[in-house]
Amino acid sequence: MTMTWIQEIRHIVGDEHVQTKQSSLLSYAYDATPNFNTKPEAVVAPASEQEIKEIVTVCANHQIPIVPRGSGTNLAAGTTPTQGGVVLLFHRMYRILELDEDNLTITVQPGVITGDICEAVEAKGLFYPPDPSSMKISTIGGNINENSGGLRGLKYGVTKDYVLGVNAVIANGDVIRAGGKNVKDVAGYDLTSLFVGSEGTLGIITKATLKLVPLPESKQTLLASFDSIERAAETVSQVIANKLTPATLEFIDRATIQAVEDYTHVGLPTDAEAVLLIEQDGPPSICEHDIQLIQGIAIEHGAITTQIAETEERAAELREARRSALSALAKRSPTTILEDATVPRSEIATMVKAIEAIALEHDVNIATFGHAGDGNLHPTCMTDLRDKDEWERVEAAFAAIFRKAIDLGGTITGEHGVGEMKSPYLAWKVGDEGIQLMNQIKLAFDPEHIMNPGKIFHRSGGEVDE
Amino acid sequence: MSEAITQAFQERISEDDLLNCMKCGFCLPACPTYVETQDEVHSPRGRISLMMAVRDGEIDDVHEVEESLNVCLGCRACEPACPAGVNYGEMLEEARAIFYEHKDVPLQEKALRKTTLNMLFTDQEKMGKATSLLRFYQRSGLQKTARKLKVMNFFPDHMQQMERVLPDVPKRAKQHREVTFPSETDQTKATAAMFKGCLMDTLFHETNQSTITLLNRAGCDVVVPDTQGCCGALHGHSGKKAGAKELAKQNIQAFEQADVDYIITNAGGCGAFLHDYDHLLENDAEWAERAKAFTDKIVDFSTVLMDLDFPNEAALNIDQQIITYQDSCHLRNVLGVADAPRQLIQAIEGAHYIEMPHADQCCGSAGIYNLTQPEMSMQILDHKMENVDTTRATTIVTTNPGCLLQMKLGIERTEQTDTMRAVHLADLLLEALSTEDLNSD
Repeated sequence: MTMTWIQEIRHIVGDEHVQTKQSSLLSYAYDATPNFNTKPEAVVAPASEQEIKEIVTVCANHQIPIVPRGSGTNLAAGTTPTQGGVVLLFHRMYRILELDEDNLTITVQPGVITGDICEAVEAKGLFYPPDPSSMKISTIGGNINENSGGLRGLKYGVTKDYVLGVNAVIANGDVIRAGGKNVKDVAGYDLTSLFVGSEGTLGIITKATLKLVPLPESKQTLLASFDSIERAAETVSQVIANKLTPATLEFIDRATIQAVEDYTHVGLPTDAEAVLLIEQDGPPSICEHDIQLIQGIAIEHGAITTQIAETEERAAELREARRSALSALAKRSPTTILEDATVPRSEIATMVKAIEAIALEHDVNIATFGHAGDGNLHPTCMTDLRDKDEWERVEAAFAAIFRKAIDLGGTITGEHGVGEMKSPYLAWKVGDEGIQLMNQIKLAFDPEHIMNPGKIFHRSGGEVDE
Repeated sequence: MSEAITQAFQERISEDDLLNCMKCGFCLPACPTYVETQDEVHSPRGRISLMMAVRDGEIDDVHEVEESLNVCLGCRACEPACPAGVNYGEMLEEARAIFYEHKDVPLQEKALRKTTLNMLFTDQEKMGKATSLLRFYQRSGLQKTARKLKVMNFFPDHMQQMERVLPDVPKRAKQHREVTFPSETDQTKATAAMFKGCLMDTLFHETNQSTITLLNRAGCDVVVPDTQGCCGALHGHSGKKAGAKELAKQNIQAFEQADVDYIITNAGGCGAFLHDYDHLLENDAEWAERAKAFTDKIVDFSTVLMDLDFPNEAALNIDQQIITYQDSCHLRNVLGVADAPRQLIQAIEGAHYIEMPHADQCCGSAGIYNLTQPEMSMQILDHKMENVDTTRATTIVTTNPGCLLQMKLGIERTEQTDTMRAVHLADLLLEALSTEDLNSD
C-alpha cells in the first residue's frame, strides 16, 4: 500500500509534529486579515532545513500547497491557507545561531521572534532597527518574507536593508544559499533581495544572516499637536528640508488620537486635528540639539502644543500610544481593516485629505495614522463584516484609496505585503508587463505553484475593473 | 449532543464578542499555555476561533474544543494584552458552563469538582469540618503514619507533593464570628469589611488575622460580616454559573449591612470574582444595581495599605534577604493591582527585592487547574521555578492562596524546602512589623 502524502510527512517530522485534528486545522485557518478563513489539510512543524527539504519534495510530488506561517500576524491574507494544503510552522526553528561582533551580523533560524533578536543584540550594544508594530509577536522569517517596515523606516530603512543572506528551499527541493556576511557582494543576481518580500511564493526561508549597526547612545522624544493636517504636513516637510533625519516621524489623525487616548490615557490632546510623534537618536548632544530644532520648526508652523518627554518612562508612554493605534481603533467595531497605502512624503497632506473625502463619499468610518516620515499611511476602517452592504462600500472605498495613492506616485502597500487581499490591485501599481515578468520569475522558482499559491498574483491572473 | 451545544453557544455566547477578536495575535506572548505549547489550539485567539466554530456548527467533535478550553488556565493575562478589548474571561466561563451542562465530565474529575465545590466551598461549616479533619490528620500522628506507610505513593507525584505542602490547620476555636477590629491609630482613616474567603478562612486563617492587624495599624476599622460565604469563583470557572449567582447574592446581602468604605480581600482569585459580580448579575433586575454597589467597593488589601500610606506609618524591617514576587493573575489582570504589592515589599528594610522574569505569568495553580490538568500545570510550574532561581531569592511572596500553595509545591519539587519559603504578602508584612514592635519594646 502506498503512503498518503500526510503519512509521508509524518514519517519525516514525526507524528507529534503533524496536526490534522479539526480543532488544529481551525486554529490555523486564519491570520490577522478578516474574511479569508480556510482550513488547511495539515499543520506541520519541521525542526530543520533537511526536514523542510523533504517536506517540499513530498508536496511537490503530490502538488500540495505549502503556506509558511510565522506567528500569523499578517494583514493582507498572506498566511491564510486559502487553497488548503500544509501550513508550515517554525516554532521548532527558534534559535539564534550566531552573533558575530566582528562582522556585525546575526545569523538566525526563521522562527525567532523579532523582538528577541532586538533584545539579544541590544545586550551587546548593537542594534537591529526594523521594528514592525508586531515585533514582540512576529517571527523574523515572517518579517523577511513580508519585507516588514516599522517606525524607524525614515532613518534606518526596512527589513530588506538588513538582510545580508538567506538559505531557502525552493519547490524542486534545492537549497539556495544566497548572500552571506559580505557587505559587498555582486556575484550574480541578488537572490537574497528577491527572497525578501516574496511572501513565501518563491521558497521556504530556513536561515537568515542580518546586518547590525551600533546601538544609538540616547534618544529624545517629542510630541507636537496641530489644528490642521496641512500644518502637521508642512512641519514634516520643513524638518526634512532642514537636513534633519529623525529616527521616527509618526502621524496620528484626530479619530485615532481619540481612540488611543481612550485606550491608553497618556494625555494626548484630543482636540487636535493631527499629532506628530518625533524621535531622534544618537549621541546625547546631537540628539538634544536636533529635537530642539524640530520643536522650533513645529512651533514656527503653528503647533498648538509641543512636549519633549523628560523621562524615559514618559517617552515610552508616548511611543506606546502610537504603537497601540491599531488596537485602540479595533475596540470600536467588530471588524477592523488596516491598510497601508503609501505616497511620497510630500503628498501626505493631500493623501490624508483624500482619504477623508473618500470615506465620506462611501459613507464608511476610516481613521488614519502612519509613518509620516516615509509616506506610509495606515487608513484603518472600522466596520462589521456581517453588514454586506457596508462591506461593499468599504471595498469600494479602499479601491479608491489605492487608486488615489498610485495617482500621487505612491503604492498599494508600503509594508504589509500584497497577500491575497490586495492581489487584485497589483497590476495598478506594476502594470501588466510587471505582473508578467513577476509570473515568469515565480515559474522559475515554483513551476507547479505549490509555494503559497494565490498570494501576490490574482487568481484570474488579470486585474480588477477600474 | 453537538447540536444542543451549538445551539447553546448561539443563544449564550454573543457573536459580537467573538467577532471582536481580530486575530492580531497580541495575546500570544501573554498566554502561558501558548508559550508552553507554541500551539494555536492553546492560544486565546485560537480558542476564540474554536468557540466560533462551535457556534457556527463547523466542527464535528465539539469535545476537541472542550479539551482546548480545559487546558486554558483562565488566568486572563490575554485581556490586558488585547487591543480590541475582547471579553475573553466571560466567554470562557459561559462556554465552560455550556459544556458542563451537556457532557459527562470524567468520573474522577467530576468527583473532585463535586467534593471541592459543593461540599467544601459553598458551605463554610463544611469547609471548617473538612479542614478540621485535615487538622486531625496532621496532628493525630496519622499524617506521620501515612507518610511512614507511604500511603501517598499510590497517588500521582504532584498529589504527593501537594499533600506535603498543605499548611498546618489552625484550631477551629480560633475561627471568629462577626467581630469588629478597631483601628490602632489616633484617628480612624477608613472603614472596611473583610471578605474572609474559604481557603483563607481555614487553611490560611493566620493570614486573615495578619491582614486585619495590618489594616488596623494603617488606621482602618475592620468588620467581618458573619453571613458571608464562598465567593463562587471555583463554581464560575468550572461552569457552574447558577451556584455562583446564589453565592453572589448571599454575599452582596451580607456586606450591604456593613456601611463601609472598602470591601477587602486578600486573595486575588476571590477578589477578581467578587469584582465581576456586576457582570454575573447584570441581567437580574433586582440585583444588578446592588451588585454594582458591591463591586465598586471591592479592593485588595495591598491597595488600601498604599492608599493609607502604611509604609510611612509603620517602620518595617526584617532580616536581610532576597525577595521576589509572583503576581496573582486575577489580582493583576482583573483588579489591575501590580504595583502595590511590589511597593509594599520594597518598603521593608532588609528586603532586597528582585523582580523575576515573567512574574506576571501564571504559576499554573489556577484554581483547581493543578488538579485537573496536572501535566501542563507542572510544566508551567517548573519553568516558573527556573525564573525564581535566576533571582536567587529565598522568599517568594504571593497574594492568593492558590498561588501560595503552588509556589510551596514548586519549592518542594525543586527540593529547596531548607533554603526557600513562600509566604503571603500579609504574613511577610506582619513579620516585618513584629520585628519593629520587638525593637521598640
